[in-house]
Order: sequence, then C-alpha cells, then structure tokens
Amino acid sequence: MIAEMMDKLVMYFQYPFVQRAMVAGVLIALCSSLLGVTLVLKRFSFIGDGLSHVAFGALSLSAILNRIMLAVSGAAVQGILGVFVKNQMLLVMPVTMLVAWLLLGATKKSKIMGDASLAMLSVGSLGIGYLIMNKFSSGGNVSSDVCSTLFGSTSILTLSDFDLWMCVIMSVVVVAVFVLCYNKIFAVTFDADFATATGTRAGVYNTVIALVTAAVIVLAMNLVGSLLISGLVVFPALSAMRVFKSFKSVVISSAAISVLSAAVGIVASILLSTPVGSTIVVAQLIVFIVFSIIGIINSKGRKKV
Amino acid sequence: METQIICNDLVLGYDGKVVSSGVSFEVHRGDYLCIVGENGAGKSTLIKALLGLNPPISGTISAPGGLKAAAIGYLPQHTEVQKDFPASVKEIVLSGCLGKGGFSPFYTSGQKMLAARQMERLGITGMQNRCYRELSGGQKQRVLLARALCATEEVLLLDEPVAGLDPMVTKEMYGIIENLNRDGVTIIMVSHDIAAAVHYATHILHLSRTPLFFGKKEDYIKTDTGRIFTSYAGGETP
Ligand SMILES: Nc1ncnc2c1ncn2[C@@H]1O[C@H](COP(=O)(O)OP(=O)(O)OP(=O)(O)O)[C@@H](O)[C@H]1O
Ligand SMILES: [Mg+2]
Repeated sequence: MIAEMMDKLVMYFQYPFVQRAMVAGVLIALCSSLLGVTLVLKRFSFIGDGLSHVAFGALSLSAILNRIMLAVSGAAVQGILGVFVKNQMLLVMPVTMLVAWLLLGATKKSKIMGDASLAMLSVGSLGIGYLIMNKFSSGGNVSSDVCSTLFGSTSILTLSDFDLWMCVIMSVVVVAVFVLCYNKIFAVTFDADFATATGTRAGVYNTVIALVTAAVIVLAMNLVGSLLISGLVVFPALSAMRVFKSFKSVVISSAAISVLSAAVGIVASILLSTPVGSTIVVAQLIVFIVFSIIGIINSKGRKKV
Repeated sequence: METQIICNDLVLGYDGKVVSSGVSFEVHRGDYLCIVGENGAGKSTLIKALLGLNPPISGTISAPGGLKAAAIGYLPQHTEVQKDFPASVKEIVLSGCLGKGGFSPFYTSGQKMLAARQMERLGITGMQNRCYRELSGGQKQRVLLARALCATEEVLLLDEPVAGLDPMVTKEMYGIIENLNRDGVTIIMVSHDIAAAVHYATHILHLSRTPLFFGKKEDYIKTDTGRIFTSYAGGETP
C-alpha cells in the first residue's frame, strides 16, 4: 500500500507540472505566512479575504476586456495584446494593489473603510465578477471556471513557465522586502504611535505592507483560489501564536508551518486526488488544532509550577 | 538654562473641533513638568501635539535647540498593544532604537548595547526574553520606559505612567522617573496624582478648556486651584 503510494508519488514528481506546482506552492505559502503575522496582529485578517474577492472581480473583468479588445482589433495588434491575454495578472495585480493601498495604507486619513464597507467591497466584487463570468464567458463550462477561480481546484497544476517565474520573482521580492523592513514592520505593528513619534514613517511601512499583501494575494489565488486565501494568510500565524511568545519566533515558525503544510497538502492532494487548495487548508487546520493543544498544555504546565 | 520646547498659544483638538485653547508654556532642559487636569481636559491631546502625531489647530510648537522627533521618548497612556501580541521584552526595548538607525535594516551593535544598558538601568535585564503580554502592569511600564529611553535621553513624555499600578509600584515608578530627571532627562508627565505632581515636579501645567495655571510648583500651591486640589489629596504626599 505504502510502496504503491510512493511509486505513484515518484511517478507524478517526474512531471514538470507537478514540480512547478510544488515550487510555486511552497513559495506562495512562505510569502503569505510572513505577511499573515502582521495582518493578524494588526487585526486585518479579513482584508486578505476582501482583497481576494477584489482580485476575483478584476480577473473576470480582465478576461472580458481581453476578449473584447481581441475582437475589435485585428491580428496586427495581437502582438502587443498577447502579453495581456496570456497574463491577466497585469491588470489584476495593479487593481488589487490599489484597493489594498486604499484599505491599509490610507486608512488613517479616510475613515470610511470600516468593517461594513470592507464586507460591501468584497461581496460587491464577488457579485460583479460572477456576473461578468456568467454573461460573457466563452460558452465553455462557466461553473467549473468559476469554481476553479474561487477554490483554485486545478489552476496550480496548469502553471506555465511564465507563471512560475513570475511567482519566483515576486516571492524573492516579498521575502526581501520583509527581511529588510522586518524591524520597522515590528515597530509599526506593535505601536504605530510610538514608531511615528520617534521618527519611523509608519505611513510608508503601512503602504509597503499593503502593496506586498496585494501581490501575495494575487499569487495565492493560483494556489488555493480566492475563497481559501484567508486560510493561507491566517492559519500559520494563529498556529504559531498559540505556542511561541516572541515576534521573531512566531514569524519563523509560521513560515515553517506554512511551507510544511503546503508541501504536505500538495502531496496529499496528488495521492488522494483531492483539490489542492482545500487539502492545503485542511492541513493548516490540523496544524492549528495540534498547536492549540500544545499551547493549552504549555500554559497549564506553567500554572502548576 | 537651555530652552527645549516653547508652546505658544496652542489650540488643540481633533478634526477642527477644539478641545483646549490658549495653551502656552516653556520647557527647559532638566525640567520636570507635570500636566494635570480633569478627564478630557486635553492632556493626552497635548502630548500627541508635542509628538507631532496630531498637530495643533493653531499656535506654534518650537524647539530652539533643534529638538528632533528622534529626540523625544514617549510612554503612551493606554498601551494599545493587543492582548495577544507575541513580543519579547528585548524586541520591544530594541524597537525604541529604530529612530536612530537611519536606513540600516538591522540593529547595529551600538543599538543593541544601548538597549542592554537601558534594560539594566530599569532592572529588567533578567526578564528580557519573557513575553511582554505575560508581565504585570508595573513590569510592562518599565519595559515601555526602557523603550522610550532608547529613543532619547533628552525629553521623555509620559502619559499617566502610574495609572493602574499599586501604591508600592507607583512609588517605585516615581523613584525611577526622579532618578532619570536627576540624570538630566527632561520629564513631561501627565498625572492625576496631584499630590505626587506637587511633590516631584518643578513646574505644573493645569489644563482645562483653557489652562488654569502654568508656572513653578511653589507658585501653584499658593493658587486657589492648587490649594483646592492639594487639600483634596489630604496629606498623602509620599
Ligand atoms: N482621536 C480622537 N478623535 C476625536 N476626539 C478625541 C480623540 N481623542 C480624544 N478626543 C477628545 O478630546 C478630548 C480630550 O481628550 P484627551 O484624551 O486629551 O483627554 P485627557 O486630558 O488625556 O483625559 P484623561 O485624563 O481621561 O486621559 C476628549 O473630549 C475626547 O473625547
Ligand atoms: Mg489622557
């Protein structure tokens, strides 16, 4: 039984698309867990969810725009537009970044973005996205299209080389930004007033966090789909916080948890033929439960001493 | 004596809504200024104005000595630190050094030494790896004070540093602040404890919708407001 599974695994890992999925999955998991710690601590967990819906809306919009442009313009323009057609991220990324900046970076000035407006924004983009997909879809299987965008059922297994490189570059950027700004991100997250008062430009770092968040979420859409992104962002941080007590240890362990559960989730989904995204999220959930139990045992133990 | 901060006819408030007006005072190096006044008088608002977090509606705050943002240390009133924030004492104290770091992404050894020195000074070296959220109120205040000292040794703004502390720890805290002041740190402290204010401070600013008093504490005791409040405190002078 186990030998059979191993054989199956070895066989699958010879396929380039599986290798690509593994690399992309691990990288995306790493990036989202790094940001997750900050977002959870800033009480912005839900923003990941909202942004992913915005990205979903933008994605369907860009699909339609591309089709319209292609229909209107002749083959001559296709060379230039080809890039857009191949890569819808070029529209989705800036739109999501803009919204993220409005939500996270500019919150201090415009107080409009409360809880309710975030919910409105997220449901609004979801509705528009689905409407567009449904009305203008090229006649194929609409519900499976929508399903894969929302739950990422297969898209990670269909990554092109271009997607993979995009993913690698973005991850390098995200990790670099995070490492270079680590101390300032800590200060701004822990006490924004103090950081500002002592000369750290909190606004700048909030904007950086917002932009990076948007980038990670657009990337993560490929892996788990827009509905399950929050899991990728929130679970590792929450699990780590059950057990670890300093910022650094929480960041490191949540990155480790996230990478491990993504890898395990991808392997499991291949072996069990389950959807990748939800398998990863289930893996994260299991880790969370285990860590919660460890946390409870730890605190009980300390009380007795 | 070197003048560090001059506030001239400040009007304080939020979004154009005035909280307190006509606030004028000066702070010299080595002063111990206590800001007193009832709840909502605008004490915290004044502190935020001094820190540049919430600029005054009108009036000027100037620093003749060229005091920069990085030269002010701050102890916030309600530490809005979320209850479940994972952070060790050392991480928090170190974060006070950031204003001095320029663009360096990592802490320099100088910054680490500074943090170690301030922790030593406040007697929290032994708990530097402990989790902040598991400390007692008094220990937390020491940590935040050490962080503020990392930011500067020129001027410390303390917003109700003893709120919620028991009498023993309160006294200890006042002792620490007094020592810092002796070392030459200018102290600007908000307090409801007028008896202690009168005991420790060199100057008093009594805020209300308009300031009721600013000047030396010796003169404050003689004013009507001062007398009312000090007699309320009923000889509890520590
Ligand atoms: N962020 C804010 N936005 C708008 N109004 C505010 C804000 N913070 C405080 N206020 C108002 O400003 C007034 C002064 O508040 P402030 O916090 O300065 O009082 P305080 O003197 O520090 O009181 P306390 O002794 O309770 O700390 C209050 O009426 C308060 O409602
Ligand atoms: Mg106050």
